[in-house]
Amino acid sequence: MIPRLSVPLPISIAVAHLRARRRQSVVSILGVALGVGFFIAISGMMHGFQSYFLVQIVESTPHVLITDEYRSPPAQPLELLEPQAALDLRRVVARDPVRGIANAQAILDALQAMPGLEAAPALRGQGLLRRAGRDYGVTVLGIRPEREGKATQLASEMVAGTLDALEGATDGVILGSLLAAKMAVGLGDSVLLASPSGGTARLRIVGLFKTGIETLDNGQIYVQLAKQQAIQGRPRVINEIRIRLAEVARSIPVAEALERRFGYKAAPWEETNSRVLSVFRLQNVIIYMTTGAILVVAGFGIFNIISTVVLEKARDIAILRSVGMPPATVTRIFIVEGMVVGAVGMLVGWVVGFGMAEALRMIPAPGSTDPTQTLRVDTSPLSFAIAGGIALLTAILAAWLPASRAARIDPLAIIRGAA
Amino acid sequence: MGAVVEVGGLKAVDLLRVLPGPVPTVLVDGVSLSIRPGSLAAITGPSGSGKSSLLYLLGLLDRPTSGDVLVDGAPTAGLDSATRDRLRLERFGFVFQFHFLLPEFSVLDNVLVPMRELKALSGTAMRARALEILDSLGMAEQADKLPSQLSGGQRQRTAIARALANDPPFILADEPTGALDTRNAAAVFDILHGLARAGRTVAVVTHDAGLAATAGQRFHLVDGRLVEPPKVA
Repeated sequence: MIPRLSVPLPISIAVAHLRARRRQSVVSILGVALGVGFFIAISGMMHGFQSYFLVQIVESTPHVLITDEYRSPPAQPLELLEPQAALDLRRVVARDPVRGIANAQAILDALQAMPGLEAAPALRGQGLLRRAGRDYGVTVLGIRPEREGKATQLASEMVAGTLDALEGATDGVILGSLLAAKMAVGLGDSVLLASPSGGTARLRIVGLFKTGIETLDNGQIYVQLAKQQAIQGRPRVINEIRIRLAEVARSIPVAEALERRFGYKAAPWEETNSRVLSVFRLQNVIIYMTTGAILVVAGFGIFNIISTVVLEKARDIAILRSVGMPPATVTRIFIVEGMVVGAVGMLVGWVVGFGMAEALRMIPAPGSTDPTQTLRVDTSPLSFAIAGGIALLTAILAAWLPASRAARIDPLAIIRGAA
Repeated sequence: MGAVVEVGGLKAVDLLRVLPGPVPTVLVDGVSLSIRPGSLAAITGPSGSGKSSLLYLLGLLDRPTSGDVLVDGAPTAGLDSATRDRLRLERFGFVFQFHFLLPEFSVLDNVLVPMRELKALSGTAMRARALEILDSLGMAEQADKLPSQLSGGQRQRTAIARALANDPPFILADEPTGALDTRNAAAVFDILHGLARAGRTVAVVTHDAGLAATAGQRFHLVDGRLVEPPKVA
């Protein structure tokens, strides 16, 4: 072997140690590589799934939703009168039984004047769709189709008919595609809608939509706002303002500003879908923990090999110390061994992760109706960097303990023992 | 190898080394001696008399409980570990009974270890010097072999070559012939004599009375104390 003298001595010795234990080294490297690979592939798959889902949510729901609710109920007059008193009010009944957003038109006008924002009024209520003697519970949204088309993606989610068709048809209705399939109805068919307040109307189907979110496709229908107000017995009332932003990322600050200004609860889509997002957060924690656990186990492998080397190499350490090598340099030898295993494992792991991600991309997406639709795997340079960083850090930490023990070896004890 | 001309030598002043413990063991008991540059000093004595312990103290591998070792006239007792490590690297070469060669490194690489730690020469100069030392010891042919491919005598010569790597003025050898047959032992002693003649200060711990008789200076230890060496027949 031709010595490469430009390489620092600790590195030469470290590499020689690892080469002498080829099989052990390869196993340790594979441990790290698998950890890194799984981390990249699985987190990529999860991120792919989550961002697909988020796009669906962001596209199909308002970015900010103003409803006729208050975040905290308005103070009662008695409470305002005696702010310091310990009051116990019971059976407080809302003053206005026909709730809704008061002064809605003024709010809508104000919203309309704001740049980068589209707002659409809606009255949300429950209803029963009747067809061929069977009832289907649905959420009914009364909308102004022209405004709705600007504030949501409903127009582009139409799979039959158009949103515009609702504009001109006072008795028109748009159904979710799954609901229509369940009811065995199509364009032009008529259905009977009944509201909890007793109003009924015969409606004609002018469109079908599909968002990909089952609760919407299976249980939501759209009618004209005036029609909904009549059926629900709440004339001129709206209880939702649906807002679409030019910049989705600003949903939270915009929502906060709107809530401060108008008093009504303004929820950004993150809040409306907080359950989904918290599931995502939990998913991420689980993924990072399980893939992290693989790397921790790999760390034990590194600890094991370096501990063994330190024990076996006590004589070498003794001669190096007696020659005049300082303890810190001895430590460096074994840290370098850990780093070499970590770094090679990282590089191999990157290849493994890349390959696994590519393989996952060929698997058909489960539950998809389109057979060419495959799993979405979002791998980013960041996920490669994170996985590699964790691997290197684990390797260095795992090497630290045996390496510092190596530095404490008393060369005299070894030399005396050998003599 | 270049001749070393260093005036000063190695001096022990009232060295005491006590191993602490429930029953403290006195390894070296008030030894004062002076090894002249250009001379080979043999340290003899029965087993357990403290020969090796004295050598480790002289070579700054161990710290005395009291007393001092003067290296070229300079006291060393007060030096910190880093300075002692550095002094060993620059000024001392060690040969032990067992060769302690790095098994994964070739003969040449083993000789290069102290030079690479010192970093005083360029890569090419280091290699040239290592080959020169190996050649002077008749080991040039074996430069690319691993220690496991060498005979006992060859391994010990490699260890001597390593001790000479940084051209140190002091060579300390602890039973360097202990694991060798008579012929190889005599050869190693010849080499050590040659080093002394070239101006180095050489101290050798040995059991072999015949070899010790050839030394320029003799120090005999019994129970850690320096005594008059027995007459050789």
